[in-house]
Amino acid sequence: MLCDNCKQKEANVHITKIVNHEKTSINLCEDCAREYQEQIGFAQPTFSFHKFLAGLLEQPTMMPGKPGISTEGTKCPKCGTTRQIFSQCGKLGCDQCFDTFAAGLSPLIKRVHGRERHTGKVPKRSGQDIMLKKRLENLKRKLQELVIKEEFEEAAKVRDQIRELERGNC
Amino acid sequence: MAKHELAKRASKWMEGTGPQSDIVLTSRIRLARNLKSIPFPHLLNDEGQKEVIDKVVQAVNTTTVTGTFGKMDMLLLEYLSPLEKQILVEKHLISPAFAEKKKGGVALNADETVSIMVNEEDHLRVQLLMPAFQLEETWKAADILDDALEQTVDYAFHEERGYLTACPTNLGTGLRASVMVHLPALVLTKQAKKILGSLPQLGLAVRGFYGEGSEAQGNLYQISNQITLGLTEEEIINNITLVVQQLIDQERSARNRLKEELYHQIDDKVNRAYGILANARIISSEEALKLLSDLRLGIDLGMIKDVDPQILNEMISFIQPGLLQGSQGKTMNAGERDLTRAKVIRTKLAQQRR
Repeated sequence: MLCDNCKQKEANVHITKIVNHEKTSINLCEDCAREYQEQIGFAQPTFSFHKFLAGLLEQPTMMPGKPGISTEGTKCPKCGTTRQIFSQCGKLGCDQCFDTFAAGLSPLIKRVHGRERHTGKVPKRSGQDIMLKKRLENLKRKLQELVIKEEFEEAAKVRDQIRELERGNC
Repeated sequence: MAKHELAKRASKWMEGTGPQSDIVLTSRIRLARNLKSIPFPHLLNDEGQKEVIDKVVQAVNTTTVTGTFGKMDMLLLEYLSPLEKQILVEKHLISPAFAEKKKGGVALNADETVSIMVNEEDHLRVQLLMPAFQLEETWKAADILDDALEQTVDYAFHEERGYLTACPTNLGTGLRASVMVHLPALVLTKQAKKILGSLPQLGLAVRGFYGEGSEAQGNLYQISNQITLGLTEEEIINNITLVVQQLIDQERSARNRLKEELYHQIDDKVNRAYGILANARIISSEEALKLLSDLRLGIDLGMIKDVDPQILNEMISFIQPGLLQGSQGKTMNAGERDLTRAKVIRTKLAQQRR
């Protein structure tokens, strides 16, 4: 039998479709079948994106000489998600999981997004602490630098700023 | 909202008016958000799920939200029939995966520009859906809604990872921006595959009309960003806007070429489509979508003058099985649907010619 599509090569892929109780058969050669498959764009029926993704977490030891980041046996104290559970469903369980599995997630996130740090929007209310924390961190770093450089006058100013911020926080 | 309205009322996006509406059908923004300290939906029991829904109901009922977006109705999945869920999918207001769920809810405003899925993969999936090419405006509206919701609920947010989501692919901004484009000329001139095939290299995903895994029926494609972390929201919107503008330019020049070089063939093709749509007695949704695409091209090229261009936007949804049955108020088997679909299209076209 010749291929229904190119009518040149031998048909060795036979597809039967049943739509609205109506049966249609298509006979294609391997080349045309491949194209047909691409065209209708189906992946293997058993393909699960979440599992695929979780598989990326499975190989933390890509770098030779660097010991694998062992998240094996780790369990999130808040929601009880384990690495095994994540491997099965590809979903994290709660906000705490991002700290619990931080080490294992890092390479995965980098593979997916090419980056690791969020640079976009910060929620106005629940992000307040974060913005404050960031400012405090910066000031403390600055203070240390000033102390090392023995610029005590400037350092005192920064110290007062830090105190003020911390007081505001309480 | 009375439930039967769901099938009768058209969504705002179906109006199909706005910038570059001859090529772009819709602009959509979706934000994935989770609540602080509450396990993600797949780990919640019925009680936990209800708690999340209650929190969202509270958040959408504040005057900050209703003042800008209007009153919101929360529809609970457990009280919706399979048909009603199907209609919500066909109107692009919920995802097909969400329709399969037993628990969960969706908050809708009156013109259906806002839909908030509660307890899908994440606690909240905030969607804004607008007609034509206005991604920036749609993002601005989503940003305002997001801020308004955040006045009531605490979001799970991480200094480095941004907005936390159940699946790592949505981390960071949690933002998925997508644009639905009608590209008949690029398909006809066999350029679509090549051009669209290059989009993944630019960090964009291409999908068919009904999202993940669906075919590109009716020459309709959805373009969306793949990366959500490490870029600002504005960068994501800008990137996709620039690429889609290129795509629009390519489609325009392909249309012009078709008109110049193959006028009679195209004129014939689109008028045949018109002829079949105006006279067919039995039509499948697949065939209807294909012909509606041809008809719309004919309208856009000025070859068909007595039909309204919005027909594509409105009909692509109203010929789908769920909406078709919903608007007729009865369940129908495939054969009956094909008959009714043909009649609905015929009637619509006849009304316009008058």
